[in-house]
Amino acid sequence: MPDKTLEQDLRERAAALRRHILTMASNGQVIHVGGSMSIIEIMAALFFHFLDVEGKKGPTDHFILSKGHTVHAFHACLAELGLIDPGEFSTLGRINTRLAGHPSLKAPLVEFATGSLGHGLSVGIGMALAERLNKSGARTVVLMGDGELQEGSVWEAALCAPRFGLENLMAIVDRNGFQGSHAVDDVLPLGRLEKKWQSFDWNTHVIDGHDLGAILEIFNKFPSESGPTMIIANTIKGKGVPAVEGTTRAHYTTLSDDEISEALETMGVSSC
Amino acid sequence: MLGFIRALMQGPVIAELAEKNPDIVVLTQDMGGIGSFAEKFPDRFFDVGISEANLIGVAAGLAQVGKLPFVFAMAPFITMRSFEQIRDDCGYNRNNVKIIAPCTGLETGAWGATHHAVEDLALLRTIPGMTILCPADPDEGTRAVLASAKIDGPVYIRFGYIESLEGYEDTFEIGKAPAIREGTDVAIIATGASVAQAIKAHDILKGDGLSARVINMHTIKPIDREVIETAAKEIGHIITVEEHFVNGGLGGAVAEVMAELGHGRLVRLGLQDEFVMEVASYPEILGLVGLDGESIAASARTMLE
Repeated sequence: MPDKTLEQDLRERAAALRRHILTMASNGQVIHVGGSMSIIEIMAALFFHFLDVEGKKGPTDHFILSKGHTVHAFHACLAELGLIDPGEFSTLGRINTRLAGHPSLKAPLVEFATGSLGHGLSVGIGMALAERLNKSGARTVVLMGDGELQEGSVWEAALCAPRFGLENLMAIVDRNGFQGSHAVDDVLPLGRLEKKWQSFDWNTHVIDGHDLGAILEIFNKFPSESGPTMIIANTIKGKGVPAVEGTTRAHYTTLSDDEISEALETMGVSSC
Repeated sequence: MLGFIRALMQGPVIAELAEKNPDIVVLTQDMGGIGSFAEKFPDRFFDVGISEANLIGVAAGLAQVGKLPFVFAMAPFITMRSFEQIRDDCGYNRNNVKIIAPCTGLETGAWGATHHAVEDLALLRTIPGMTILCPADPDEGTRAVLASAKIDGPVYIRFGYIESLEGYEDTFEIGKAPAIREGTDVAIIATGASVAQAIKAHDILKGDGLSARVINMHTIKPIDREVIETAAKEIGHIITVEEHFVNGGLGGAVAEVMAELGHGRLVRLGLQDEFVMEVASYPEILGLVGLDGESIAASARTMLE
């Protein structure tokens, strides 16, 4: 049975993360809003429940944001974890900041710097292999975008992971349906994505990526008896910002004061 | 395919290191069990198949968690197809991955230009923190592998068509290029399999009454500036020899040092911005492109006219 208290706690976390991203996209700052907003529930469940990235209770788990351009959701988590001050958001991309447009080794908790798409899954396989050799029990999670799956290297890694077992590896695809210029279906459709990963021998699940109950239920099933886990999370690009939800504009944009107010209103709060 | 054998000879060397160092792992792309490594350490051996980008990413992930991966992969494919993984996952992310690469230079001969690795040095030289080693004989190859294990950071070790150089001994220090023949008229700076050809040129020139210093530039990065500067000052005439495009490799690296130094004359031998389109065996190709001992000696004579 899903834990309702936990779910409620994570829902509040998710709302806080969204408010942080609204702050980051204010004052004319152009950021990757859409893909950051679409992964919020997943990030909340990972960073405030599932993963022990600071190694506080046991072995240090690994997280790779392979869709590195949505680093803002990660920065929001750092603020909620108390590892950076929300005041730092305004330093994004400026000299001496720790906050870059992709995960930078200067920021706390960034184990692996990403940016170019299609790198994370292979690196995650390496980490999972190392932790298996170490018999540590540490888990590795790789979060990818759906547009990212157009990279050939992803499919080399898809073929590779099950060959080595790797029950300790979880990959998540944020299927928000949009990439830089258009809808994924209008550029290079991914087609029957669930069947593709199943045929590569991944334990494949499809969930609503904004349903925290569903996310927790799948996380509870990890690790599977054999082989790596793939979670295809159907999401809405720009989720929580009515002005850009499900649009190409959501990919990389700033938000006007009115758009931010509208987003806050739908969340039932008055300020970020 | 001698480089292939020379590279695989490092399997037992690494297996011996692995006895003492439990962090050592070996990865490959369809190159067999790498000597006896796979048999001895089945849990620490990973053949990921013919997938270069994935291979480097996996190795970087292993290194990220503290393992010491040795990657065995064919040079033209691992340096070009997965260049970005080497740059980002190993260079930018500072991961301790060692790449042992045969099929370098022109050693695959008649297999055609797809299998010639003649731009690997130029590409990898641009990556900050990368070390590039290019041994001139099989024992030096082993010394290079052992030296690579002692430094923290990505290392590329290029194995070409190398045979034992008679009487050659060196302690092998990364970045310190030994002069293996002394001379005063011309300095021939060679790397890898070209060192043996440079020694042949030295002997031919001796018969003409010319004395050639032969320098074994076994480290392409960091380049030994001092040995180049000394040759430029003492001798003035320098010839570089490499199985590589003259742009960006050894010739490029030496040219950069000499340009900053401001004196000395340079002739770069290697592939002159053209693929090898002729079909021929390895020794025949060396003659065709001017990289055998005779051709090097002829270039020296022309330079000194």
